[in-house]
Amino acid sequence: MTNPNGTNPNGAARLAGPPSRPGPAEKVANWADERLTSANPLRRALNKVFPDHWSFMLGEIALYSFIILLLTGTYLTLFFDASMAETRYNGIYDPLRGVDMSRAFSSTLKISFDVRGGLIIRQIHHWAALLFVSAIVVHMFRVFFTGAFRKPREMNWLIGFTLLVLAIVEGFAGYSLPDDLLSGTGLRIASGIILSIPVIGTWFYYLVFGGEFPGDEIIGRLYIAHVLLIPAIILALIVLHIGLVVKQKHTQFPGPGRTERNVVGVRVMPLFATKGGGFFMIVFGVMALLGGMAQVNPIWLYGPYEPATVSAGSQPDWYMGFLEGDTRIWPSWEFRGFGHTLPAVFFPTVLVPGILFTLAAMYPFIEARLTKDRAMHNLLQRPRDVPVRASLGVMALTWYVWMWILGGNDVWSKVFDISLNATTWMGRIGMIILPPVAYWVTYRMCLGLQQADRLVLEHGVETGIIKRLPHGEFIEVHQPLGPVDPHGHGQLQYAGAPVPKKMNRLGGVGRAVRGFFSPVEEPTAVGAGPAQGEPTVDDTQQRELAGRPKAD
Amino acid sequence: MTGEPQPTLAAADLASKSDAELTRLGATLDGVTILHRELRYEPGSKADKRAERLVAGCFLLTFVSTVAFIVIYGWFPWKFSLTDERYYLYTPLLGVTMALALLGVGAGIVFWGKLLIPHETAVQERHDGYSDEIDRQTVAATLRDGLDMTGVARRSLLKRSLGLGAGALGVLAIVPLGGLVKKPKGELLHTQWADGVRLVRLDNTPLRPEDLRPGGMETVFPGVPGGTRSADGPVMLIRLYPDVQRIPRTGQADYNWGDYLAFSKICTHVGCPTSLYEQETNKILCPCHQSQFDATQDAKPIFGPATRALPMLPITVDADGYFVARSDFREPIGPAYWERGNYD
Repeated sequence: MTNPNGTNPNGAARLAGPPSRPGPAEKVANWADERLTSANPLRRALNKVFPDHWSFMLGEIALYSFIILLLTGTYLTLFFDASMAETRYNGIYDPLRGVDMSRAFSSTLKISFDVRGGLIIRQIHHWAALLFVSAIVVHMFRVFFTGAFRKPREMNWLIGFTLLVLAIVEGFAGYSLPDDLLSGTGLRIASGIILSIPVIGTWFYYLVFGGEFPGDEIIGRLYIAHVLLIPAIILALIVLHIGLVVKQKHTQFPGPGRTERNVVGVRVMPLFATKGGGFFMIVFGVMALLGGMAQVNPIWLYGPYEPATVSAGSQPDWYMGFLEGDTRIWPSWEFRGFGHTLPAVFFPTVLVPGILFTLAAMYPFIEARLTKDRAMHNLLQRPRDVPVRASLGVMALTWYVWMWILGGNDVWSKVFDISLNATTWMGRIGMIILPPVAYWVTYRMCLGLQQADRLVLEHGVETGIIKRLPHGEFIEVHQPLGPVDPHGHGQLQYAGAPVPKKMNRLGGVGRAVRGFFSPVEEPTAVGAGPAQGEPTVDDTQQRELAGRPKAD
Repeated sequence: MTGEPQPTLAAADLASKSDAELTRLGATLDGVTILHRELRYEPGSKADKRAERLVAGCFLLTFVSTVAFIVIYGWFPWKFSLTDERYYLYTPLLGVTMALALLGVGAGIVFWGKLLIPHETAVQERHDGYSDEIDRQTVAATLRDGLDMTGVARRSLLKRSLGLGAGALGVLAIVPLGGLVKKPKGELLHTQWADGVRLVRLDNTPLRPEDLRPGGMETVFPGVPGGTRSADGPVMLIRLYPDVQRIPRTGQADYNWGDYLAFSKICTHVGCPTSLYEQETNKILCPCHQSQFDATQDAKPIFGPATRALPMLPITVDADGYFVARSDFREPIGPAYWERGNYD
């Protein structure tokens, strides 16, 4: 432990007397404080403690990719022309010269070929959009499996869920804008889905497209939704989402000294701010690398949209894939009667996702009602400790991934040389069988992991040392984590934190020599650890490692 | 935080404190205890110097990469050319230099935080749940008092008329969206096909029967202005092998012209063009959702999610020897909808 004073030469200067001249940061703070009385809120912000865990960065990735999207997207609007008016391409890309296309498509070609550095910005934008939705989904699973959505954070789950839906709609609107063959086919499918809605479908279809598909309005409407309406709502919700995290403080995993009533971690200034700022640059850097090196959505290879043309192996962006999959495998069930039709496509594209998304949005309330849990929760749970929730999550994930895989069943059947119809049937059967199997397997795994934890707490860590007793019996020596009763049983309670399973975790071997490529200390200084064959653990360490929140 | 005694210190006391003491005091005021602070390396040690050089190196990388980015952006050949190989390096080079610039500063900051800033463990108290009773009671009273001052509870006339007015205003806010609403006018029921309309290719050239070999397929459009751009006009003209037995759908036994059959290309599932025709099996496949139709049974769906046959266009050959339609489709083409009616 080091006195903070030791690291800060200014401290010594202050001790000697008042500072001679305030620094620039102090000047700015003074200027603001005179006008805003901001010293107290600023100090509170700087002192705010954030817990530290790698999985808490997932939401940050989503935030950073949204910032990248705003920056690159604004750049793209300078060149993009959201018009469906027909034009004859006369730009630099030879293969398409003389082809009739919409101005939306030709201006996207312009960004890709005639604007210096336009292509990389376009590709960064597309990659960041893919990352945005991915990060949201993974973040959401982290929140789900650790129970971070429980009271008092149900509101933030709903906000986050809305953000996911908006991100998907925003992404779909965005990749439809170039009016290329692939996205035009996607729009046509969307038009068919809208048409399939009972009672209001036809009216809604006319409202969205301003006439029969494709009309000449849709790109302009998608554009204003994509660059203003939806991003504004997303931005407002992100502010609210983070505001609630600040207000309610971040959840934390159980561990030494961590309780429901505190947050253990690092303060914003300087460590959290440094990590966050650096991490943003790293995310941006990875996006730049992808945008430069990995081609994405090469619309000049697809060509402009034509209603009579489609390319084989058409796939949407990844986050629409699960809808594609369940639409492909859904049986041809169409209901007709009383002069009305309920089309087959309504079920897999509107009804089923509608039900599943509603269930996901309402999950915090459903769980609270079923478990009658009304308590405040600031400590996270390990998935194994809540087997039903973990199994439900894996079940949903299995369904989702299965549908996603089937969204490309034509590709699978081509690559593996299987009958296309066989892949469809595999999909249909798997959709019914796989989720319950996933539920059962996860449930058993959770129970097994729980049991393994309890075993260690009761008997100790396996040392790998086999002993032969005088009467011939072989036993494995266990290192108890705490005091044991005459029968050799420990009395430690499980506290929701990881339980050490290996002697290394108890210091059974000496710690590693510091410095990876070039050791910064002599191996002799590290010590050989406890004497061989007789692992020992000191008492204070035992308690900490057993994960008891209160070491008393 | 309310209720806690706020530490009061005279200005002279504050002046006598070191920054470290003031920091701890501020932290205490915010409910934060700094438990533990540990330097990674001894300042001035070999390892500390190495870490400092690493961070500085990262920032230097950013500088060098940014310069490289600017040079490439401005002076590298960037104009598209099928022949100049250097063009294909332009975007990747921009990406690599931009990424190195961003990763350099990002990694530099992270290394700085990880290696040079002392690691600390801080604990902050949480205050969630109910507010203090005094706040709750006073807020509730203020709300009641405020409402009482407006007299809204007593003046039911005002309450009701306000409800009426505000409700109407809410409706007014969405009424202008009525400009978006369009009454479906039956365009979904009709296409540009009609008696005597020629079947033309994408380049507007008409088709003669001898243009198609047995087993062949051609995408054709209504030969009217704008016909090749219409979304509901595309038709696949198929010529069956002569030995294939056709099983017509009821009511359209005479829609063919010899071995030639014309089906709407728009899938009855969700509207993609059913572009693939397998001549050996006479199967039509939609590549979007893999609905399959049997051409010999007048495009009856045989697998996949589609439920209805592709509508068939009645065709014949006109006096000049070109294919023409004899009428529009007898049913709506493309995906189904609520008011589609009692067509098959």
